[in-house]
Amino acid sequence: MTLLQLEKVSRRYPIGNTVFGSRKSLTAVDQVSLEVKKGQTTGVVGESGCGKSTTGRLALGLEQADSGHVLFEGKELAASGTREWRLRRQRMQLVYQDTLAALDRRMTVGDLIAEPLVIHEIGDRPSRRQRVLDLLQAVGLGEHHRALYPHQLSGGQRQRVVLARALAPSPSLLVCDEPVSALDVSVQAQIVNLLVDLQQDLGLGILFISHDLRVVRHVSDRIVVMYLGQVVEDGRADAVIDQPLHPYTQALVSAMPRLPGGFDHYLPLPGEPPSPTERPSGCPFHPRCDRAKDICRQTPPELLTLGPERRVACHLVSNP
Amino acid sequence: MQKKLQIDLSTLLASLWLCLMLLTAVTAPLIAPHDITAMDLRHRLSPPFGFGGTVVHLFGSDDLGRDVASRLYYSIRTSLLIAFGATVISVLVGTAIGFIAAYFKGIVEHFLLLLIDVQASLPFLIVALAMLAFFGNSLPLFVALMGLYGWERNARLARGLALAAGSQGYAGATRQLGAHPLRIYLRHILPNSAATLLVAATVTFPEIILVESGLSFLGLGVQPPMTSLGVMVGTGREYITRAPWMLLAPSIVIVLTAVAVSVLGDYLRDKLDPTLT
Repeated sequence: MTLLQLEKVSRRYPIGNTVFGSRKSLTAVDQVSLEVKKGQTTGVVGESGCGKSTTGRLALGLEQADSGHVLFEGKELAASGTREWRLRRQRMQLVYQDTLAALDRRMTVGDLIAEPLVIHEIGDRPSRRQRVLDLLQAVGLGEHHRALYPHQLSGGQRQRVVLARALAPSPSLLVCDEPVSALDVSVQAQIVNLLVDLQQDLGLGILFISHDLRVVRHVSDRIVVMYLGQVVEDGRADAVIDQPLHPYTQALVSAMPRLPGGFDHYLPLPGEPPSPTERPSGCPFHPRCDRAKDICRQTPPELLTLGPERRVACHLVSNP
Repeated sequence: MQKKLQIDLSTLLASLWLCLMLLTAVTAPLIAPHDITAMDLRHRLSPPFGFGGTVVHLFGSDDLGRDVASRLYYSIRTSLLIAFGATVISVLVGTAIGFIAAYFKGIVEHFLLLLIDVQASLPFLIVALAMLAFFGNSLPLFVALMGLYGWERNARLARGLALAAGSQGYAGATRQLGAHPLRIYLRHILPNSAATLLVAATVTFPEIILVESGLSFLGLGVQPPMTSLGVMVGTGREYITRAPWMLLAPSIVIVLTAVAVSVLGDYLRDKLDPTLT
């Protein structure tokens, strides 16, 4: 069952001088379509600046799409800030990367976790107390953490608190925006495994945004690869990792260290990702693609559906 | 975790002084030995006790033979009332306007910022003089007028704090939870800004005492027969060489109170921050 569906969603930001000269705009997210199924995880990977975080914010309705549709549980999202939108928050929650900033440093862990319950008027005082205890336990913290302040916790513990807070109103969708990027590798593994366990217990749909392909592969059922605001490849996680079709995905996959061999397969990408304000003509990836042909420089490739769950946007695949 | 109650000497002295001032203000009618208008013509310009004066006039007497000690107690009462009331008004009005500007943005923000700039560019004394001349003088009006002092600074500060908080994660995170903006502002941004606003208030408080003293000194503030610290300094000025106690007694109170409030504000700022232990 589809929980969240993005249909050709675009988001542009006006940039530059608006009084003199022409008004330009930056396309952060361009015609992105993806879906999250109930109880499953869709991973979004890409370099920084490729629009994956904006995609997450669009999915939650924190940003308004300029075009396209965001459907959550079959219904279009209400405009941000309205009462209806606020009520929807119970069902969809965001997990943050910067946990120290996301938690009010003047509130104790217990109050922070109880806050969504208070906002949505769920339960009374004793039942909220019990719920906070249950949540603390669910994310692997203890009762004694309840009276602590965020700055007294470690990064991993804070991420658990953020998770507990997001889970408090019993959402059906979690958007995790780089939830483990700020953590040590060992703590990353704990949090990722916790997320997987919680998903199995609660049947959550998760949109998992990360630049780390290792983590994304571990948690995701489907992977969406983004480049310069566009989806370049999309498919089942093992298919995308084991048989990447797009040259960009191939380069990303090659950058994952492997046993045996380490970095032997590594295909370094030349150059930097282009600025979204100066999109290359044709395929956005062609300046960095070593197999680019004339058609790649002239015509933007269509997102081609190859199978029931496989899409790729590359001329090399559509007409080799 | 139990926090140890640590108070350094200056904070201790400051709070003791403020307690004394509050006590004096509250109990002024009980502890004043004389009526503030009672004249004792035989003891005009009598120096304080210990400097050749009598026990009858502990801090000496003024040019009309009125008891400086009694007048001082009542002055503390008037001045503290004005300063406290006006500071509360100034901080409340300023914070409200600052938050409103930060929340609504657009034309509302521009209008409020314009208002702030107008207030900031007008010398307060001139505004006060004009208002007093126009509306006449009464204590509630005077307190309200003093409350206008410094609101524009507090408004700018509050707006800046709200904008900074808004760009930080926790305000966005709470919004994302589905909280009403009112909740975000009152439960999150306000407590996080409170420490800074409190320090700003402790700056405003002594300034208002000084402005009140200035206006009263000019004869536009508190009107006789009522007395305030400024009124006392104003009348004492003429006798500064012959009877310095008339001027010194209220001046010392003004200076010490201003310093004490600042010291206490500093201490509270540190105490209210849970990340500083």
